[in-house]
Amino acid sequence: MAIAASKFESLELQGVGRSFGGTDALVDLNLTVRAGEFIALLGPSGCGKSTALNCLAGLLPLTHGQILIDGKRVDTVAAENRGFGMVFQNYALFPHLSVEKNIAFGLQMRNVPKPELKSRVAEAIALVKLEQHAKKLPGQLSGGQQQRVAIARAVVMEPRLVLMDEPLSNLDAKLRLEMRTEIRRLHQSLGLTTLYVTHDQEEALSMADRLVVLREGRVQQIGTPEDLHNNPANWRVADFMGYRNLIDLDVTAVTGSAVTLKGEGFTLRGTAVLPVTVGDKARAAIRPEDLVVVSPAEPVRGGNTMAATVSVVEYHGREFAVGVTSPSGRGLHVHSDHAPAIGSTVELTADPERVLVYQADAIDMQELSVEERELAEVRR
Amino acid sequence: MTSPPLGRSTATRSTASLRHRLAERGIDTSLLMLVPALVFALALFVYPFTYGMGLTFQPTAATQEKWGGGAFSNYVAFFKDTFVSDSVWLTMRLALPAALFNVLASIPMAFKLRHRFRGKKLLTTLLVLPITLGTVLTAQGLLIFAGRQGWLNRFLIQIGVIDQPLALVNNYLGVMFSLVISGFPFAFLLISSYLSGIDPSIEAAAKTMGADWKQRFRRIILPLLAPGLATTFILTFVLAFSVFPSARLVGDAMGSTRVMALMAYRAFGEQIDYPMASTIAIMMGVIELAVITAVLLWRSFLYKGSTGGKG
Repeated sequence: MAIAASKFESLELQGVGRSFGGTDALVDLNLTVRAGEFIALLGPSGCGKSTALNCLAGLLPLTHGQILIDGKRVDTVAAENRGFGMVFQNYALFPHLSVEKNIAFGLQMRNVPKPELKSRVAEAIALVKLEQHAKKLPGQLSGGQQQRVAIARAVVMEPRLVLMDEPLSNLDAKLRLEMRTEIRRLHQSLGLTTLYVTHDQEEALSMADRLVVLREGRVQQIGTPEDLHNNPANWRVADFMGYRNLIDLDVTAVTGSAVTLKGEGFTLRGTAVLPVTVGDKARAAIRPEDLVVVSPAEPVRGGNTMAATVSVVEYHGREFAVGVTSPSGRGLHVHSDHAPAIGSTVELTADPERVLVYQADAIDMQELSVEERELAEVRR
Repeated sequence: MTSPPLGRSTATRSTASLRHRLAERGIDTSLLMLVPALVFALALFVYPFTYGMGLTFQPTAATQEKWGGGAFSNYVAFFKDTFVSDSVWLTMRLALPAALFNVLASIPMAFKLRHRFRGKKLLTTLLVLPITLGTVLTAQGLLIFAGRQGWLNRFLIQIGVIDQPLALVNNYLGVMFSLVISGFPFAFLLISSYLSGIDPSIEAAAKTMGADWKQRFRRIILPLLAPGLATTFILTFVLAFSVFPSARLVGDAMGSTRVMALMAYRAFGEQIDYPMASTIAIMMGVIELAVITAVLLWRSFLYKGSTGGKG
């Protein structure tokens, strides 16, 4: 295959920051990317992930820090000379140019000789399987096809780094899954170093080699998909990674990392991610699939049980997602292998290994005024 | 499953409202609201226009005697009387450069004012303000500012840059200034809105693909902007072509700025030759149409679709 990524050893972001008129959009981002890696920048909207990408592309100047490739600074190089490929959320195809010409544009800018240009464009078109649409204008293509053009246009340049800004967010669910596989396939076959921005944790987990979780412009955690999935660094990351049950309890006993928690009318055994001491307020995070309804096939685990009343039952194929209410009135998301009757009382259990215990925030919600509490609720 | 018997719908009355049934036959009753406007247009535009058109084929006895040509005598006169036909050239000489200048000068301005910056509103207001001034006010201002005894000339003489006052008004230049002052804000506003219709991420994409600003402008922005430029050119050209008050007030009405509108007015007001005045007016329309057609033809070769932005 002629199209291949240009090589470099490592890309380093050192204390990269960007502020807009006094407000920090991105603070102190440190990251080393090895060649060929697929990195996902993950976070809710407004967390600074797109800012980070635009800074890397050179579309936004940095306010702090520097970006190095193999020790050479690139943040001072103009966007047009960085040699990075970028795929935009809205594709940003040139509406007046055909698919072929869209893809050829970058090569023309580099004065690639005509025969080579032709063969590379043809190859890129074949790579994204758009041979029949080569002469069409972007407006005549479907969303998925436009997305492929955008990817081919970035890839044909053999960029050192491909930047993708939520490229799948405008596609429907089925197409998104297909394109996810497609992007992964391209990444693996071409060895492209990719930085991928998304707010979809599932997308990030399934595609990336490493994930960077951002929140309010600050890095929360950097790690492999397994790391993030199983051991979120703090409860905010846990919340974002699908630990939908966050319960505030009091720590009553600590043995190593095994913690016993009490409150809201039940006792819960869990595993502390960061050290906690007796008497602390702690927040237990449990995934819905780890908090299950006790049944003949699902025995009680580690002595963790609690009773709750069933309020909602959703069918999810092989299992049921059940919404239950604890005696203290807290809503919990749990899974079940059978469909319990609505209004019935069920027994829940969770493996203490999968009950992650975090220190709750320093601010005590009970002591705040109503307005402050509402504000804090919104913020989290 | 049993399907309902065919033709049943014709047997039972449709439950749809009258409006709905009419709409199915392509009759939209709300179009009736257009009637007053149509009457208005017929009475105030279509009738006078066709009447004037008819007038051009009813030349006065004097015209017929002088130029011949029977019913077409007015048109013969228009082309053969060099005093009249020269005005076509004189008008073109003003309108084409004025429209071109307004469009071309607006492009960099609109570009510079595209981004957000402090004082943008003030600057935009200053640029657009002249649109609120009437042509007469502009002409008055020009005469006071740039006339032989105007303070510009007095200032330049006093600081010793020139010995003789510059002839900036009562000639071709004066009318040109007036056309630019009143036409530029118009072109600027139009082009600004066309430019804001181009998605900025398209330009960012070109940037990441290695295009410098010249290449981005020539290969991406210009093709996407061209239809807008054509429309703007047409509108400013038509405005400039029908110039009348400034040609009279700051121009050389019987010399270098003897534009067609002045000729038509002369035939109407001084010679009381309505048919000839109508002929000149009709010819003005014909020439404008010819220019517009040429521009639209050129435009039809360009990309016309969406530009990806808010449009």
